[in-house]
Amino acid sequence: MSDGPKAMIECQDIHKYYGDYHALRGIDLTIREGEFFSLLGPSGCGKTTLLRTIAGFEDISSGAVLIDGKHMEDVPANQRPTNMVFQSYAIFPHLSVAQNVAFGLRRDPRGKAEKAALVEEALGMVGLKGYGNRAAHALSGGQRQRVALARALILKPKVLLLDEPLSALDRKMREQMQVELIKLQRQVGITFVLVTHDQEEALVMSDRIAVMFEGGIAQLDEPEALYARPRDRRVADFIGVMNFLPAQIIGETDSHVTVQVGGLGQVDLPHSQISRANPDDPEPTIGFRPETMTLIGPSQPHTQARETEAVIDEVVYYGDMTYYDLRLENVPEPVRISMRNVFGRDVQAVGTRTRLAWSPGSLVLFR
Amino acid sequence: MSQRSVEGSGLRIYAILYLLFLYAPIALLPVFAFNSGTIIAFPLQGFTTDWFVQMWANATLRRALTNSLIIAVSSSLLATCLAIFAARASTRFEFPGKGGIMGFIMLPMVLPEIIVAMSLLVVLLGSGLSLSVLTVIVGHTLICMPYGIAILSTAFSSLDKSLEEAAYDLGETKWSAFRLVTLPLVMPGIISSLLISFTISLDEFIIAFFLAGNEPTLPTYIFSQLRFPKQIPMIMALGTVLVALSIVLLAVGEYFRRRGIARIGGKDNGGFL
Repeated sequence: MSDGPKAMIECQDIHKYYGDYHALRGIDLTIREGEFFSLLGPSGCGKTTLLRTIAGFEDISSGAVLIDGKHMEDVPANQRPTNMVFQSYAIFPHLSVAQNVAFGLRRDPRGKAEKAALVEEALGMVGLKGYGNRAAHALSGGQRQRVALARALILKPKVLLLDEPLSALDRKMREQMQVELIKLQRQVGITFVLVTHDQEEALVMSDRIAVMFEGGIAQLDEPEALYARPRDRRVADFIGVMNFLPAQIIGETDSHVTVQVGGLGQVDLPHSQISRANPDDPEPTIGFRPETMTLIGPSQPHTQARETEAVIDEVVYYGDMTYYDLRLENVPEPVRISMRNVFGRDVQAVGTRTRLAWSPGSLVLFR
Repeated sequence: MSQRSVEGSGLRIYAILYLLFLYAPIALLPVFAFNSGTIIAFPLQGFTTDWFVQMWANATLRRALTNSLIIAVSSSLLATCLAIFAARASTRFEFPGKGGIMGFIMLPMVLPEIIVAMSLLVVLLGSGLSLSVLTVIVGHTLICMPYGIAILSTAFSSLDKSLEEAAYDLGETKWSAFRLVTLPLVMPGIISSLLISFTISLDEFIIAFFLAGNEPTLPTYIFSQLRFPKQIPMIMALGTVLVALSIVLLAVGEYFRRRGIARIGGKDNGGFL
C-alpha cells in the first residue's frame, strides 16, 4: 500500500465492444478519493461510455471496475455507491422540486420531517433554498442543473458522475456553474468524475484529467502538465492552441537533441521537451503555445531572449487580449501569438515588421 | 384588399357548407327523437319523450347496450395495455426484425375490416370456440391496438431516455422507475388511446356482426331494427343518447389529457381531438 490518497475508482483493462465496434480499448485508470477528475475528449472517444460503465449502465466486454475496493461486476446501477447528473438533467417534470430532490429517499426508512430537512439542506447547498414547492418543469436550465445536483448529492454517494453537465448552459451561466461546482466539490468532499468535450472546462475544474481518443487514454495528468507538456501531438492539438513549425533533427546526444526549426533556427532541446508525433504523420515538428512568445516593437531594445524577425499578418482584438498571426521567414503557415493588452502597450497594425522574442524552454519537439 | 375579402367570404361559405354537411344529419337526431309522429319527416307533429321511455323498456336494447359497453371497455383496456408494451419496445430498443414486426402489428389499421372479420371467424370456428362477447373483444382488441400504438409511440418517443435511467440510478428498480416516472408522463397518451379505442369499438359493426353469434351489440341491434319503420323513432332516441354520451366522454377525456400535459409542462400535440 502506498501512502498516497486512497483509490476510489479503479478501472482495470476495460474493453467494450458494440458489435464490431471497439468502443473502449483497454482502459486502465485509478481515480483517487475526493478528487475532481475529468474525462476529456472529442465526441465518440468513449468518455461517456466509460462514465456509464462506472455508473453501471453499460456492461463491459472484459476487464473490471472497482469502486472503493469492491468489484462491481454483479452490482447493478441502482445499488452502486454512485449517482449521476445527466446531460439532459433528467428532472422529473411531473414532480415538484422537493419531490425531485427527495426521489432517492423513497426507500429510506427515515421519517417525513427528517427527509424534508435533508431536502431543504440539499437545496440550500445548491443555492435553491425555498424553491421546493416550484414545479420542476417551470425551472430555467441553470436551476434544473442545480436540482439534478441536489437530487444526486442528497444520497451522499461515494462518487458523483457528471455527464457534460454544463453543455446546455449559456457561456456566462457555464462559467458561474464551473466555479460553483468546484466549491461544492470541496464542500462535500465527494469524488467527482466529469465528462466533457470542453478542454477549457476540464482545465478550470479538474484536479486531474484523462484525455481520451478513440477509446483509449492518451494522457492522464494534472491540468498544468497537460497544457505545458502534452505527451503527444493529438493531445497538444486538442488542448488549447498550439503552433506547429516544421523541424529537422540534426544531432542527438545523451542530454539533448539538436533541431533545425523552420523560421526560428537551430536549438538544443533536453529530452524532457520531447513528445510523440502522430503515428500517421511521423515528420518531426516543433510546437509552442501562443502566450510563450512575445512581440517586441521596433523601438524597443533587444532582450536576453532569442529574437526572430516577423511580419504581422493578421490582428484579432479580444478586449483583454490581442492575437497576432505572424509570418516567419521560410514558414508557409502563419503562427499565432497572444499578447495581453496591458496599460501602455499599443495594438500593432497589420503589415508591421516586428521581432519575436522567445526561449527554447517553451518549445516541444514532436517526433 | 377587396380581392382578399372576396376570397375570405368564399372560404367562409365553403366552411359553413362543410360543417352543415357534417353535422346537420346528427342535429336531426334529437329533433326527431322528441317528435311525436312515427314517420321521420317534416312537418314535426308534437313534443314527446315516449321514444326514450320505450327505449329504456326494451330488454334487447338494454342487453345490446350492456354488451357494447363490456366489449368497448375490455377491448380498449386490452388494446391500450398491449400498445404500451409494443410502443415502449419499439421506441426504446433495437432488435432484429423490428421494422417487420411493427409493420405487421400496424397492418390491421389499413386492412379491410371485412377481411379481418372473415379470417377471425374462420380461425375461431376452426378452433372450436363458440361465438360470444368474448370473441368480439378479441377482434376489437386487434383493430384498436394499431391506433393505441400510433398514439403511444409519439408519447414514448418524446420522452427523455435518461428519465428512467435517473430513477434507476437513484435506487428504484426497473419496474418502479417505469411506474413512478414513465407511466405518469405518458398518461395523456394512455387516455387518448383508451378513448379512441373505446369509440372505435363502440360503433364497430362488421366484426361485431361476424363474431358476436347471437349476442347483440348496439350497432348490430340498430341495423336489425332499421327494417321496422315503427322502431325508427326509438332508434333516433337511442342515437340522441349516444351522441350526448360521446360528447360527455370526449370532454372528460380531453379534460384529463390537458390537465396531464399542463402538469408536466409538456407541449400539447393535439391528441386525437
